[in-house]
Amino acid sequence: MPLVLEIISPEKLLLSREVDMVVVPGTEGDIGVLPGHSKLITGLRGGLVDIYENNTITDRFFVPGGFAEVTESYCAVLADGIIRQSDLDPAKAAEGVTAAKAAYDATDMNNAEAYRLATDRLISAQAMVDSISPQRADKA
Amino acid sequence: MPSLKTLRNRINSVKSTQKITSAMKMVAAAKLRRAQAQAEASRPYAKRMGEMMGALAAAEAANPNAPALLVGNGRDKTHLLLAITADRGLAGAFNGNISKHVRLQVQALEAQGKTVKIFTLGRKGNDSLRRDLDSKIIGTKNFVGKKTIDFADAEAIAQTIIGLFRDESFDVCTLVFNRFHSVMTQTVTETPLIPAAAPTANDNAAAEQNYEVEPDDGTLLERLLPRNLAVQIYAALLENSAGFYASQMTAMDSATRNAGDMIKKLSLTYNRARQANITKELIEIISGAEAV
Repeated sequence: MPLVLEIISPEKLLLSREVDMVVVPGTEGDIGVLPGHSKLITGLRGGLVDIYENNTITDRFFVPGGFAEVTESYCAVLADGIIRQSDLDPAKAAEGVTAAKAAYDATDMNNAEAYRLATDRLISAQAMVDSISPQRADKA
Repeated sequence: MPSLKTLRNRINSVKSTQKITSAMKMVAAAKLRRAQAQAEASRPYAKRMGEMMGALAAAEAANPNAPALLVGNGRDKTHLLLAITADRGLAGAFNGNISKHVRLQVQALEAQGKTVKIFTLGRKGNDSLRRDLDSKIIGTKNFVGKKTIDFADAEAIAQTIIGLFRDESFDVCTLVFNRFHSVMTQTVTETPLIPAAAPTANDNAAAEQNYEVEPDDGTLLERLLPRNLAVQIYAALLENSAGFYASQMTAMDSATRNAGDMIKKLSLTYNRARQANITKELIEIISGAEAV
C-alpha cells in the first residue's frame, strides 16, 4: 500500500505524489511516516521534509512550519510554502535570521502571544539556515 | 418629436455604451475564470484544515480551559459583523445585498438588546454602510488596486480581528459574504467565526477515529485556531471575488442586451421621422407644382 504525500499551501496544492516514506519535522522531533502509520495530527517546526524512495532520499523540501495530518494512507503537510532544499539561498536565509532576531528583540516579553510568534519566526528562520547544509546523515 | 439630429446623437451614444458594457462583460468573464481557479486551488487546504479542526474541536469543546477562540468568552453582548463586499460596483445587486443584510441584522440584534459593531472589507460596502451606520464601523480594509488576493492579506485581517477579540472589543464575530453558487446565483451567507462553529455530528464521527496529537490538543489548537480563522476569511474573500465577477458579468450582459433593445427602438423612431420628413417634403413639392 503506497503512502500519498500531499504538501498543501493555503493558496494551492503544491505537491501530491506517492512515496515510500516521508520524514516530517514535528514540533517534538522528526517523525518518519510509513504506510499504515497510526492517525496523527502534529504541529511542524521549520525544517526539512525528506522524501524516501527505495531507501534513499529522492527529494528534500524546506517548510517554514505548519501542521501535518497523518493517516494510514496519506500524509498531508499544511505549510505556507515549500522550497526545494537545493534552491535555498544562504544569503536570503541569513537575512531572514537577522530580521527575525531584530523582531524577536523588539518583542514585548510579557505578551505571551507576540512572544510565541516571534520565537516561532526565529526558530523557522534559523531552521532555514541549518537546512542548507544538514548535519544529520543523509543516506540510510 | 425630437429632431433627426438629436435622435442620431442618442443612437450613437447608446452604441458606444453598448461597446463599453460588452467589453466589460468580456473582461469580467476572463477574471471570473481566474477567480474561480484560485478558489478551486484553495480548497484542499481548507478541507484538511477543517478535518483537523473537527477532530481537535470535538475533543476540546468540553474542556473548561478550551481556548476562547473556540468556545467564546462566555458572553454574547457585543456582536461584530465582518461584512465582505467588492471594491467596485457595476455588478447588479451584489454589494447592495450585503449592505441590506447587514442593516437588517443590525436591527435584529439591537432589538435583542445587543451591541453591534461592523468591520467592512471592500470599498463599496464601507461606502454604503458608513452613510447611516458610521458610528458602528470599527475598522475597514479594501483591496483597491490589488490584482489578486493572497493568503497574507487574509492572515493580516485575521490578526486584526483576533487582536480586537483579545481587547474584548466584541464577544461574537460573524462573517457576512456572498457565497458563489453559480454564475447566476450568489447568496448572502453568514458564518460564525468566533466562537468557531460548534462541532456537528459529522465532526464527532471524525473525532471518533481518534487521532494522536502532538504536542497536545490545547497547544495545537492555540496555533490552529488563528490559522483556521485566516483560512475562513481567505475562502470568503475568494468566494466574494468570484461572485463579484460573475455578478458583474451577468449585469453587463443584460446591460448590453438592454442597449441593443434601445438602439432598435430609437432606430425605428429615427426611420419613421426620416420618412415623415421625406413625405412632407414630397407633398410640399407636389402641391407647389399643382398651384403653378
